[in-house]
Amino acid sequence: MIRTETLHFAYPTGLEVLRGIDLEIGDSEFVAIMGENGAGKTTLIKHFNGLLKPSRGRVLVDDVDTAKISVASISRNVGLVFQNPDHQLFCETVREEVAFSLRNFGYDTETIERRTRSILETLDLTQYVESSPFTLSGGERKRVALASVLAWNPKHVILDEPTIGQDYQQKDRLRNFILQLVSQRKTVIIVTHDVEFVAECKPRVILLSRGAIVADGPARKILTDKALLNECSLIPPQISSLMHSLTDLDLSQDVIDVYTARACILEAFRRER
Amino acid sequence: MSIRILEGFKFTKLPTPLHRLDPRPKFLLTIGLFTVALLFTNLYALLTVLLVQIPLVVVAKSTRRWLRSMKGGAVLAILILVMNFITGATFTFSLSMTIRFLALMSSFSIFFMTTSPDDLGLALENMKVPYTLCFTFTTAVRLVPTMAVDAQTVIDAQRSRGLELERGNLLRRVRNYVPILIPLIVDAIRRSVELAEALESRAFGTSERREPLITLKMKSLDYLTILVTVAFVAVSIYINLYVPLPTLDIPIRMPRIWPWMS
Repeated sequence: MIRTETLHFAYPTGLEVLRGIDLEIGDSEFVAIMGENGAGKTTLIKHFNGLLKPSRGRVLVDDVDTAKISVASISRNVGLVFQNPDHQLFCETVREEVAFSLRNFGYDTETIERRTRSILETLDLTQYVESSPFTLSGGERKRVALASVLAWNPKHVILDEPTIGQDYQQKDRLRNFILQLVSQRKTVIIVTHDVEFVAECKPRVILLSRGAIVADGPARKILTDKALLNECSLIPPQISSLMHSLTDLDLSQDVIDVYTARACILEAFRRER
Repeated sequence: MSIRILEGFKFTKLPTPLHRLDPRPKFLLTIGLFTVALLFTNLYALLTVLLVQIPLVVVAKSTRRWLRSMKGGAVLAILILVMNFITGATFTFSLSMTIRFLALMSSFSIFFMTTSPDDLGLALENMKVPYTLCFTFTTAVRLVPTMAVDAQTVIDAQRSRGLELERGNLLRRVRNYVPILIPLIVDAIRRSVELAEALESRAFGTSERREPLITLKMKSLDYLTILVTVAFVAVSIYINLYVPLPTLDIPIRMPRIWPWMS
């Protein structure tokens, strides 16, 4: 479980980015943290593996205060994938890149080999095993970065803007993969602006604005609240807008995904007939 | 680990005489201090070169940031002291070399803290340096803070993958920086290619001659700075050649372990 208690954080320049965040994310929960640029989303998740320590308040990961242990110790349980893969790729081959973190955590050669192979297969990267990460496309590099974190099987997985630079099919794969992680009882936290992606995944949504939580609840409720989204520079998903615009049919207004929308519209047509 | 040392080389706009000074005499002053620091090996002389810079820092209202850069340079300063000492230099000489390093670093810190990259480019252009070179130089200076932010992100990303920078012996610690340096270098190259393409798309380098919008004009304080700098360097050369300076012997010796030690 990840818990923050009146978490405040200010950078050395004096800029206060987080202002009293109280949050509890249970084990195997799926959470999307959303908000406008500069709302403090990335700063918040950097507290979850101890990269940043609170200026005031506490952050507890599995009941351990992050201020009291090293980033390396917390990282065994908390895998954080950064937004830009180019900030972490440095090895000659994809295989080496994935094995790097496993070596840091002291796994034996056989385990490293097995886990590397398995995660590359899962993320559809086997054909690149001997390629240089620098020759891959942006989306592929992003998947290598993801593989290099998931390889050590952390209990909590945090993804910063995972959908950026991914084509639609890859996004769909990523969604299935995240849902698979959730079904394996892992906590998955994503930071994203991609309302469509969140609408399809339907996680718990935490809305941040100017360093404070403005809303916390199911995606269906939050992503259909236009005023609330507007406050955080977000817009409702297209399906929600469609349902709003079909006023004559008297449709349910808290629909965010295609399948439910289809069912609602068909039901309305049946009623009309 | 932090990269706050770079704060001491970053320009901040402040209303002080040192900030208002024309970049050309200011650069001359920096070079003057640099030359004098290289001229002497005497501890008292080098200490003077370092101390004369403190009033400049105070006038520039940048004491805190200057101290931060000095603090950042402390690791290298200690390394210089230790390496000189264990390879057979006297303690006084090792200390002098350390003070020399701090004086050199401080002179450049003062220059970069008080000169905007724009003024620097303008000064170079006024000195008839080709525009492409001026642009390259100012862009490099301007990108330092961006690179510093990138460096911190790379460090964070690798620490999240279990990298412990402070783990292991000296060799291992140096090797720990490979995962930090490679992404930084690759990112810098990628960024420079993108920048070059963006510049070419905006017709960079089309005209041979450029007419600057602002031309630099020297004022009385600028002439005074040139005069003081020239006098300072001249007096230093004179002292170095003809005036015997007092020496200090700190009686700390390294045991004779190297064949070249007397």
